[in-house]
Amino acid sequence: MSKRLEEIAELVSLTLGDLLQTSTIAVGDLAINVARDDIVEVLTRLRDVVTLDFTCFIDLCGVDYPNRAERFEVVYHLLSMSQNTRIRIKISTDEESPVPSVVDVFPAANWYERETFDMFGVLFNGHPDLRRILTDYGFEGYPLRKDFPLSGFVEVRYDDAEKRIVYEPVKLNQDFRNFDFLSPWEGANYVLPGDEKAEQGGKA
Amino acid sequence: MAEKQIKNYNINFGPQHPAAHGVLRMILELDGEIVERVDPHIGLLHRGTEKIIEYKNYQQAIPYFDRLDYVAPMNQEHAMCLAIERLLNIEVPRRAQLIRVLFSEIGRILAHMLNVTTQALDVGALTPPVWGFELREELMVFYERASGARLHAAYFRVGGVHQDLPEQLIKDIKEWIPTFNKRLKDIDGLLTPNRIFKQRNVDIGVVSLEDGLARGFSGVMVRGSGLPWDLRKSQPYECYEEMEFEIPVGKNCDCYDRYLIRMYEMYEAAKIMDQCIDKLMAEPVGPIACTSLKVNPPKRAEMKRSMESLIHHFKMYTEGVKVPAGEVYAAVEAPKGEFGVYLVADGSNKPYRCHIRAPGFAHLQAMEFVTKGHLLADASAILGSLDIVFGEGDR
Repeated sequence: MSKRLEEIAELVSLTLGDLLQTSTIAVGDLAINVARDDIVEVLTRLRDVVTLDFTCFIDLCGVDYPNRAERFEVVYHLLSMSQNTRIRIKISTDEESPVPSVVDVFPAANWYERETFDMFGVLFNGHPDLRRILTDYGFEGYPLRKDFPLSGFVEVRYDDAEKRIVYEPVKLNQDFRNFDFLSPWEGANYVLPGDEKAEQGGKA
Repeated sequence: MAEKQIKNYNINFGPQHPAAHGVLRMILELDGEIVERVDPHIGLLHRGTEKIIEYKNYQQAIPYFDRLDYVAPMNQEHAMCLAIERLLNIEVPRRAQLIRVLFSEIGRILAHMLNVTTQALDVGALTPPVWGFELREELMVFYERASGARLHAAYFRVGGVHQDLPEQLIKDIKEWIPTFNKRLKDIDGLLTPNRIFKQRNVDIGVVSLEDGLARGFSGVMVRGSGLPWDLRKSQPYECYEEMEFEIPVGKNCDCYDRYLIRMYEMYEAAKIMDQCIDKLMAEPVGPIACTSLKVNPPKRAEMKRSMESLIHHFKMYTEGVKVPAGEVYAAVEAPKGEFGVYLVADGSNKPYRCHIRAPGFAHLQAMEFVTKGHLLADASAILGSLDIVFGEGDR
């Protein structure tokens, strides 16, 4: 299986030439990185080159890495049914720089791009109808960003006096608890309360 | 008399329409009775599953998958388990594989049975759902006897399944299969040659293979367009390789073909179940989960006697499984199509990102493309044959 993937990776690098930045095979998946502005060209070539034949659009999603200079990764998954293989294509972007839309290459990308815009606020250039898709009408914020709280900002309830649904700031009777079960013996990257002195003492 | 100009008419289909199969709001623009434009508004069942999973450890994330496509819960869990197992690089024991395949096929029958019969309901037949839901109920009893829950099973775990099947359950499923085939034939006989059912479905919602692929179709939708593509055959996972079954393929690419494929797949699913049971009976004992204590908790009896087991048990249910950093995309052939999980792990006990690739999402976005030019009454037939469940579409 991995030999087959290496052959495909070879073909992909031949097809893409300079457009290919890096290519890795890990956990049985072939993944490549390309530049943001090349994505339309890359997907078109992967689709049209007969020996690759990545005609089936599987998935498009975002991933948020707040510590990076360009915080979002947009990840495309394609499938080639004739070669029976998959490929993952990754590009990176930030809040402002738009990603070229691939709706013209794969009509299936339409809703996936809308979803990524809805969830992360990634902008897609040339998308025919970039509206929110999964969140509520009039929703504000981008819920899958790492800095968006799990509980959100507003909650809804039916107000019997006003006879309509009302939006109110979230009130939790108990603060949201995010338990940390990582063992401090196995290299947790923080200092336990009270341990600061021990660290200093050790150094001195 | 001068010809009168008629304006196009907008109607709301749903969110409370019974043929919307859940909470779908579609804005239809009609020219007379012809559908000109379809704008599905989804997300009314959006629960933020992907966000919640980022805050749960791997084991806690699995039950959320039951709640995606809630008519075939275990198939979804399967995809998540496969993704985690690939990152951990562990092998699932044979008995667990057989049990997983057995219950995946039960899930397939559950989903197809619901879809086929409610599609008949959408086009005006009342009897099939009543017959079909009785069969589904019996299958859910099997779910319950294996896992303790009729629907939200959380039965597939990382490295295997939660518990071994009781011997009697295996026998009962074995006995159930012939009776199922007989009753499925009854439903088949009721629907397949039915004149009204054919009038409502034949040549409705035709999707050519090229269009289907470009729109991200998978599963029955692709097979209905004539491509014998099934992940169980082409990228076999678990022990599907040794199972004997056939893949039905349509040639007219319409709603009726997709219906026929679902019917045929139910017979095939029963065949696979039968083979699984024979194999389970041939080797009645064996581990049902990966034996590594870092992945699976020790037996309760051991936990009561051995300190080491107690520690492992405690660690398992507090810290959970630690998954090495990496990215993986794992897919299964769910009843509705390719259900995939794209998992990004950062080396801790929680997923960094978990994207769920639901087949219904891709299928529903083609609704405008497929429905355009059809009559309003066909919209519900097409929606039925796309096989949408909002739990997975909206996530």
